[in-house]
Amino acid sequence: MAKRIDVSGLTAYYGSHKAIEDISMTVEPRSVTAFIGPSGCGKSTFLRTLNRMHEVTPGGRVEGKVMLDDENLYGSGVDPVSVRRTVGMVFQRPNPFPTMSIFENVAAGLKLNGSYKKSELENVVEKSLKGANLWNEVKDRLNKPGAGLSGGQQQRLCIARAIAVEPAVLLMDEPCSALDPISTLAIEDLIGELKERFTIVIVTHNMQQAARVSDRTAFFNLAGVGQPGKLIEIDETERIFSNPSVQATEDYISGRFG
Amino acid sequence: MSSNAVVDKGGSRHGSSLQQARLPRWAPYALVVVSLALGAGIGTALGMDSPFQWGLFAALVFIVASYVLGAVVEGGRQARDRLATSLVWVCFLLAVVPLLSLIWETVDRGRTVLDGYFLGHSMEGVQTILPGGGAYHAIIGTLEQVGLAALIAVPIGLLTAIYLVEYGRGKLAKAVTFFVDVMTGIPSIVAGLFILSFWIIILGFSYSGFAGAMALAILMMPIVVRSTEEMLKLVPDELREASLALGVPKWRTILKVVLPTAIGGITTGVMLAVARVAGESAPIVLLVFGATGINNNPFEGAQSSLPYYIYEQWQLGNEASFNRAWAAALVLIAFVMILNLVARGIARWKAPKSGR
Repeated sequence: MAKRIDVSGLTAYYGSHKAIEDISMTVEPRSVTAFIGPSGCGKSTFLRTLNRMHEVTPGGRVEGKVMLDDENLYGSGVDPVSVRRTVGMVFQRPNPFPTMSIFENVAAGLKLNGSYKKSELENVVEKSLKGANLWNEVKDRLNKPGAGLSGGQQQRLCIARAIAVEPAVLLMDEPCSALDPISTLAIEDLIGELKERFTIVIVTHNMQQAARVSDRTAFFNLAGVGQPGKLIEIDETERIFSNPSVQATEDYISGRFG
Repeated sequence: MSSNAVVDKGGSRHGSSLQQARLPRWAPYALVVVSLALGAGIGTALGMDSPFQWGLFAALVFIVASYVLGAVVEGGRQARDRLATSLVWVCFLLAVVPLLSLIWETVDRGRTVLDGYFLGHSMEGVQTILPGGGAYHAIIGTLEQVGLAALIAVPIGLLTAIYLVEYGRGKLAKAVTFFVDVMTGIPSIVAGLFILSFWIIILGFSYSGFAGAMALAILMMPIVVRSTEEMLKLVPDELREASLALGVPKWRTILKVVLPTAIGGITTGVMLAVARVAGESAPIVLLVFGATGINNNPFEGAQSSLPYYIYEQWQLGNEASFNRAWAAALVLIAFVMILNLVARGIARWKAPKSGR
């Protein structure tokens, strides 16, 4: 189920602006890979190229290859819709659908894609909510609106919604930056459990968080304002935080800049 | 709060105290009473006998007095605050008084002949100078014409708005927006003339409710587009992205996520557009021709409609027809009001839920 991502020579543009340049890396299956780096260095852009959400922004386009096991996401004839079914995403701000109940939110991926059986739906919802550590808190109010939950619960609802469609990869764009420490802890624990089943990529501004949750860490940087972001290095998290091979990484991690 | 109050007009600029003199809470109410009395006094003194003229004087007195009183007791900033507050209240009343007076007048005059008989009978064979007869044929006409107009205009308007918000980029979208703006300003008689020349003179069809409905649809469309567009723009992009990231195609995202989120506002907009065209008479005069009998078929033959009926009855110029005109006006207002209430109900019912 979990798949390996192999990126080679990826450059992404917004219109004529080059946002990231020539990025190559491998993301191992059943592991957590964290992206760190200063604001504007293209972490989020790069993350969004991994499920072609980048193209949703007008003018967004990409050069290079992203291999998911042995399929190129940007190959000709590849439908971005089916890419996004395989590579799920959780956003910075919790965004449950406001017109839907908790149940419907989790079931949204299946229901909106049209292919589901009613009996199946209940199982999937329960399994996903349990998978997101939310079941016990909401099992008595599945028909209440999802927007009535607390911020941390909403974010776990969004994770449940994302894993309900059984993706191979789960992308998380700063999933804890809008949450308090307790909810953050809950999500971090959850990430630890989810990596048994999914390939997880997480963007974070919180270096402690990267150190806590990830197996591998990638450091991105940009040469200056308006310059494209670049991958500086990617390595085992332990090495990045103890003995990085590039000076800029060490400077960033020890707080000497950025 | 007392001794330094009157002296220190500019607030507490020099003193260290944060306290300053305030008018008592009942002061504005007392001022209303006083200015009403004064307004009536001035009015009578000048020999005017309309309460409305007295009210205008009272409003003027109220605005000036609250500013002066504020300036003397509380200082300049508070006085300006009181001036703004009283201006807002007076303008509010000026806006509401004509509305209430209109509703009062219509209800008062309309109820004389408004009963089950009036709602259930047409003018077929009724001597126009005598009491009796009703507006059934006109109500049917209005319902059918407005319904058909909505049937034409709402889908087109909705799809145009979806195109503009979700897909439209570049020159085509700009052109569409421009023409929608132009359409908003088309006078109803021009829309009527357009359908008259196109549908009736060139294509050779005859007068019918449907011809009128097409003209009404032209008037409705830009309102539907505009209001739907605004509502769709209010739907946060995060919801679209959340849906797309689940692997939902764009069209399904629009259909299942964007539209349901905005449906309350869209319904309100559509109902307002319906209410707006329900009162149109010019295209009806040109295209539906008016009839005294019941014609249930909007696709053939002349029909009537409420605005047309009102105009027609008023033209007859006798007591019985005046009564019928007022009653029809009351029916029309009630129709529009019910539509608005329904729209509000739907908007509240369908609004995104945030509670527990």
